[in-house]
Amino acid sequence: MTTDTGAAVQERAEVSERLWTAVIAKDESAAVREVFAAADAGVGRESLLLEVLGGVQRRVGTEWAADRISVAEEHAATAIIDRVIAALAHRVPAPAGMPDRPRITVACVDGEWHVLPARLLAEVLTGRGWQVDFLGAHTTTPHLIAHLHATNPAATLLSASLPLHLPSAHTAVTAVQSIGIPVMVGGAAFGADGRYARLIGADAWAPDARAAAGLLADGLIRPGPTPRQQVDDLPHLADQEYTLIKGNRSALVRQGLAELEARWPGMRAYTEAQRERTAEDLAHIVDFLATALYVDDPELFTGFITWTAEILKARRVPPHSLRTGLEILAGELHDFPRALGFLKAAAEALPATPTTRPSPAQE
Amino acid sequence: MLVVDADGALIETNEAARRLIPLVPGDFVTSAAMPAWLAAADRALRQAGTPADAVSGEVAGRSFEAYPSSCDDGTVVWWLLEDTDRRLAEQALRGERERAALLAEVSSALLSSLNVERCMTVTARMAAGHLADAAIIVAPAQGRRHQLTYARADGEVTQTMLPVEPRSVAGLAEALQGFPPVPARWIDPAELPDWAVPEGFDGPIGSVIVTPLPGHGVPAGVLILLRSSTHQAFTDGEEVFARLFAARAGVALSAARLYAEQRSITTTLMRDLLPPRLERVHGVEYAGAYRAARDHERVGGDFYDVHPGTDAGEETFVVLGDVAGKGLEAAVLTGKIRSVLQALLPLSGDHQQVLSLLNGALLNSHHTRFATLVLASVTRRAGHVRLRLTSAGHLPPLIIRSDGRVEEAPTQGQLVGAMPAVTARTAHVSLAPGETCLLYTDGITEASGGPLGDQFFGEERLRAALGPCARMPAEAVVERVQMLAAQWLGGGRHDDMATLAITNPAGGHGALHSVDGHHATAARPKAGVRR
Repeated sequence: MTTDTGAAVQERAEVSERLWTAVIAKDESAAVREVFAAADAGVGRESLLLEVLGGVQRRVGTEWAADRISVAEEHAATAIIDRVIAALAHRVPAPAGMPDRPRITVACVDGEWHVLPARLLAEVLTGRGWQVDFLGAHTTTPHLIAHLHATNPAATLLSASLPLHLPSAHTAVTAVQSIGIPVMVGGAAFGADGRYARLIGADAWAPDARAAAGLLADGLIRPGPTPRQQVDDLPHLADQEYTLIKGNRSALVRQGLAELEARWPGMRAYTEAQRERTAEDLAHIVDFLATALYVDDPELFTGFITWTAEILKARRVPPHSLRTGLEILAGELHDFPRALGFLKAAAEALPATPTTRPSPAQE
Repeated sequence: MLVVDADGALIETNEAARRLIPLVPGDFVTSAAMPAWLAAADRALRQAGTPADAVSGEVAGRSFEAYPSSCDDGTVVWWLLEDTDRRLAEQALRGERERAALLAEVSSALLSSLNVERCMTVTARMAAGHLADAAIIVAPAQGRRHQLTYARADGEVTQTMLPVEPRSVAGLAEALQGFPPVPARWIDPAELPDWAVPEGFDGPIGSVIVTPLPGHGVPAGVLILLRSSTHQAFTDGEEVFARLFAARAGVALSAARLYAEQRSITTTLMRDLLPPRLERVHGVEYAGAYRAARDHERVGGDFYDVHPGTDAGEETFVVLGDVAGKGLEAAVLTGKIRSVLQALLPLSGDHQQVLSLLNGALLNSHHTRFATLVLASVTRRAGHVRLRLTSAGHLPPLIIRSDGRVEEAPTQGQLVGAMPAVTARTAHVSLAPGETCLLYTDGITEASGGPLGDQFFGEERLRAALGPCARMPAEAVVERVQMLAAQWLGGGRHDDMATLAITNPAGGHGALHSVDGHHATAARPKAGVRR
């Protein structure tokens, strides 16, 4: 690891700024040149990966949230960073003299397309001597398990960025543990303090790539041979609220749309695309509500709603449509006490605004 | 029966008691011949002065319960009842329960893994932990060498490959062939060769069990158990239990070995059916993404290939297609079509002829399936990428212009494998830097889902999603399309989905020469694991 002298930090900041410019201009070769030049100038491999490339990637996320770049630009930027990582891995191989460490598997859980955090982790671990099998984004659990049977790694590291993927992360964690392989999880989905990692019974949680490397070096304890099911970790799932809401997502969205139209006749003038945006927004709320019910944490839902309100604000969409959406869902879910509690808590957390007219949230 | 007076002297004993305890009336309970536990109970009873419960202990190597009954004059009558058999039975039952629990634990631990190495590790560790002081598993020979798994009671497990002479351990050669194990008492621990003693095993070995791990017809290996001389030697019961343990371990190991063999066969057979890894060729970017209809499968009825031209001046031949059906059966047909097309490469200058020949080949085969496909011939001249595109009953390719317009390539034709002749119209398209041509299968546009659950993703949404993909790398384009389609599905059922992007890179020719063809060196998704 490089020591963080003031000059080094300054140099990294300058590289990051130039890299950002190249990435946002979709200038892949310039981006590669910047990173290679920094490597030649002595910026350490891990620093380049985590501070410089990881930093630019985090900036992509905040710029999107502030509506300064589009989803497609975000995607293009991510793709370019991904290719720069590949180029860097080829140009600056893992440092020699690292201990020969066992084989491990790194993957994103089913449905998770934010591949870069896992990708950076895989590179860092490769750099520290681990033999890493990187399975990439969106790894379905059957594929993961087949891979683990074939390779028998010392540990599996699963990444998830969106909390929506917590249920599939839970499925993957229990499946991997059932074949006797310890699982470490990481990523924004598990909460800043890793609370959801503990909830779903992961063997370890790491807040970042370096911490993950440290925990892995200390060794993970293999899970016991007693297989368990998700409901063993989360007994509240027995109330079926999660199951029913997840299973009836489309019906809830349809009813929600009809109700919205009844309340706001102006919606009948919506274009097909506008209606679809509105339906997507409703579906997204239902998805987050279901996930919050899964982990039985009203804060997860409230956090999503207040965050969405911020995003809408950045896009100059008045947030009252969000409040209306919550009201409509509460009307549809009157037999679901847990869901009602979550909806109420989220509505209370929204800033008070006079309700006038819903407008379709834009991307 | 013994009667003891208030002073602790024996008044009377019956014959059964005299045979057990050689005391006569007048002797005191404190005398050395009296079992200490009974004397202590008598003393305690007198101090407490209340009726006491039964006590138990051993007399002359047998187990007894003694029930006191007190008389008013301070005399106590001790009734001794033998319970040796019950105790032995209880002990046996406890032991049996422990062994049953251990077997359940063993089965549960072993059944969870289909990995041979892991099964051997778990077996050795459990054997060393519960049955012996150390355990060694000798796997069936690979040539003259055997894989050896050593475990010590402290849980340390190591594996190594060594040439092993089976005759060097009594009973090993027989066990490796699946003959019944030789009794432990026949094996002389002193004659064990060095390899059969785990590193760090302390002290001389007292006794040894060599037992086969029975498999599916052929042995899955041999389990050797060692006990140090400071411990009791293996009993007959323990030998029987070691066999039960070995039987379970053998079944699990055989299942794991069978799975590994099947997997290796599948991998070999599937190698040519998997979608190829694409990379930049002659200054043109190619990227493909594939998702099979069933999540546990890696191949299906969609396919694509890129056959690079021999040099930059020569056309690169690209094909993407879709045969009717899904799963392995469809994949086998895609393999045939891909082979035929590869053979037809020299004729790729004439798409019409390629399609006619392929059509003939499909009609003459015993397959009743048909296929749709797109052929593309690609060259790069003076900064522009020129494409000849021919669709045979397939969705026309979409062209993403650098200003974000999305056009459909004007090509159409009939599907192959159905009619005696096929005709198709070829489109000529030129890509400026930053522009992409996307070939895709209907699994993308017919992905059913969305917020309302039952809508097709459709060409409209695909076009809208492609607009912002101008000047993106080819990989980002295919990834974005696959991601949007997957999110649209939201976990629902779907058909095979294939996309292939041909991109004239925005950064100019050869900008990334340093990484061309070296993707495998980085931590890229491993071939065959990614869809």
